[in-house]
Amino acid sequence: MNDEFASGYAPAMSRRDLLSLIGAAAGSSAMYQAMISLGYAAESHYSGAIKLEGNPTATSVLILGAGLAGMVAALELRKAGYKVQVLEYQDRAGGRSWTLRGGDSYIELGGFKQICEFDKGLYINPGPWRIPYHHRALLDYCKRLNVALEPFIQINFNSYLHSNSAFDGKPQRYRHVMSDFYGHISELLAKATNQGKLDDAVTKEDKEILLEALKFWGSLDKDYAYKEGLIASYFGRGFDKEPGGGLDGAPVPSKPLARDDLLRSGLWRRLKNGLLYEFQHTMFQPVGGMDSIANAFQREIGSLIRFNTRVTEIKQSEKSVTVTYEDLSQGGTLSQVTADWCLCTIPLSVLSQIKMNVGSAMQAAIDAVPYAPAVKVGLQFKRRFWEEDDAIYGGVTYTDLPVRQISYPSTDFHKSGKGVMLGAYTFGTAAVEFTAMRPEDRVKATVGYGAQIHPQYKEEFENGIAVAWHRVPWTLGCYGMWTVDTRKQHYKGLCEIDGRIALAGEHASYLPAWQEGAILSSLDAISRLHKRVVGG
Amino acid sequence: MIRNNPFHVILRMVAIGFAASGPGSMAAADSAGPIPPSARFPQQGGQALYEAICQGCHMPDAEGAKGAGAYPALTANKKLEEGGYPVHLVVYGQKAMPAFGGFLSDEQVADVVNYIRTHFSNNYDTPVKPDDVKAIRQPDYNYVKLD
Repeated sequence: MNDEFASGYAPAMSRRDLLSLIGAAAGSSAMYQAMISLGYAAESHYSGAIKLEGNPTATSVLILGAGLAGMVAALELRKAGYKVQVLEYQDRAGGRSWTLRGGDSYIELGGFKQICEFDKGLYINPGPWRIPYHHRALLDYCKRLNVALEPFIQINFNSYLHSNSAFDGKPQRYRHVMSDFYGHISELLAKATNQGKLDDAVTKEDKEILLEALKFWGSLDKDYAYKEGLIASYFGRGFDKEPGGGLDGAPVPSKPLARDDLLRSGLWRRLKNGLLYEFQHTMFQPVGGMDSIANAFQREIGSLIRFNTRVTEIKQSEKSVTVTYEDLSQGGTLSQVTADWCLCTIPLSVLSQIKMNVGSAMQAAIDAVPYAPAVKVGLQFKRRFWEEDDAIYGGVTYTDLPVRQISYPSTDFHKSGKGVMLGAYTFGTAAVEFTAMRPEDRVKATVGYGAQIHPQYKEEFENGIAVAWHRVPWTLGCYGMWTVDTRKQHYKGLCEIDGRIALAGEHASYLPAWQEGAILSSLDAISRLHKRVVGG
Repeated sequence: MIRNNPFHVILRMVAIGFAASGPGSMAAADSAGPIPPSARFPQQGGQALYEAICQGCHMPDAEGAKGAGAYPALTANKKLEEGGYPVHLVVYGQKAMPAFGGFLSDEQVADVVNYIRTHFSNNYDTPVKPDDVKAIRQPDYNYVKLD
């Protein structure tokens, strides 16, 4: 993170800084700066379906990995006239684009086996689970391959923000935190404005506009106060007694959280999550599970994939690349395949262990990227109590408990019977600790933490399944963690074609952990590879 | 400066907020930066730390595991003889293994290293000291943040 923003508070504050501080408090400017420094706020580099023009005259490409990066490359290179083969470690295509349903069994590293006991039609996506509107490449492939999409609900104003150390551990509704944060900050700023403390910063005319904006934005009353009343209730936080019909229909306003309690709670920090560029509405999910995307690709190029193969060596000469692999369907017997070129999409956590004769720049890059811990836990409940009791339809509850995020399904609203929610989506040290537990203990812990927010867990919980990405046998980690320094030193070395070998995957993108990153890196790599082939 | 000035509070929150930017939100962002003490592992003692962190990959019996790639076994491991090697690995990581130095005190690093070096069929009886850990830490090193 940008040091400028992590270094703590300013030693002194001028009045002129007030406005920018407010902006910083809401996160926008700090976040924007941080993102700019990483090249983020840029548009997705996608300008429509790739055109690989020119005749590769039976040139062969061996693709390692049948995740999205590998399958996009297989689809496009075959279309361009290449001879394509794909080697995949698993017995399924899709890589981290993956869905677990009732009846699926999953064995993680260490031999810990889980059988998903969800009812028919219920699932979790242990890896990617949402698609932003600006992930143009992935959306285009969904369109071209007829993958049906539906809205993924990211922000829910009725979900909870929760901190164990704020408001006696009682979860607060998102809309309460949001309305009260905007209201209190607007009131303070209006006060400063009216006291003439911003006269150096704004003209007399702009002062009027600013006051008008603060009143509007913060739901302030005629005296620029944010307080309990119909204004605050109608314009954001809702009522203690909802407006109704008939004789007794008059609403009763609700009471705002105290300003200092709210500021110190830190809960406002999470207001920004759904507003970040990468999480802005509209978000999508494939109908029926993320693996709809993998299945669609597999329908197109599945015949090119050899499953159950574990790559042990990648060796290039001036003219070709030979890959040695264990054929796991044949007891691990060693086989080899040779092609003119190799596109390797194996995660760096695995690739860094594979013998490979590439130059020092690429090898150093492969060895420079640590992999992130992340854990997801899906829980099945007897009924959709979050809808029935709490009026929460989709969206995310954030907490500082180790489960970090609870997400409610974006589909099947009002369906009677059982439901599956994401009980934990956690990163950082909490994910490390979850990873170190037995799968059944992860589920148990998730239920215990979640019950602090939703007491219904105790009565309604039925079963769960936990995926800790460092224990996933085919990735040994969730995604590659880059820093400003490692990007500067190694990113180019990772992406440049080395002899006859090119790398692709989310790790070779500025969109780590996103499917879009995998696809864009793949399209970029095959474009450059194709240029070499047809350009001579 | 007035201690309880609300804007002071806001600023402090911003500082904390971005240092611990965290789950889901910033999977994409820079993964290095100052790590607040609250984000560190609370466990004390070698065994508790091993069971909370290391066994996630190296497994409860320290035998490691093998899939498309492998996690090395720590059992009867000659590379642990020289204490400085595992200390360096824990603090700075290696290849895909993240650095844990930002999340552990010098004492915690020494404790977990000594635990591994005296368990799992390892018997190296010259313990690593917290000062040995301190000595290898680069000042102001930007530890990866694990999210």
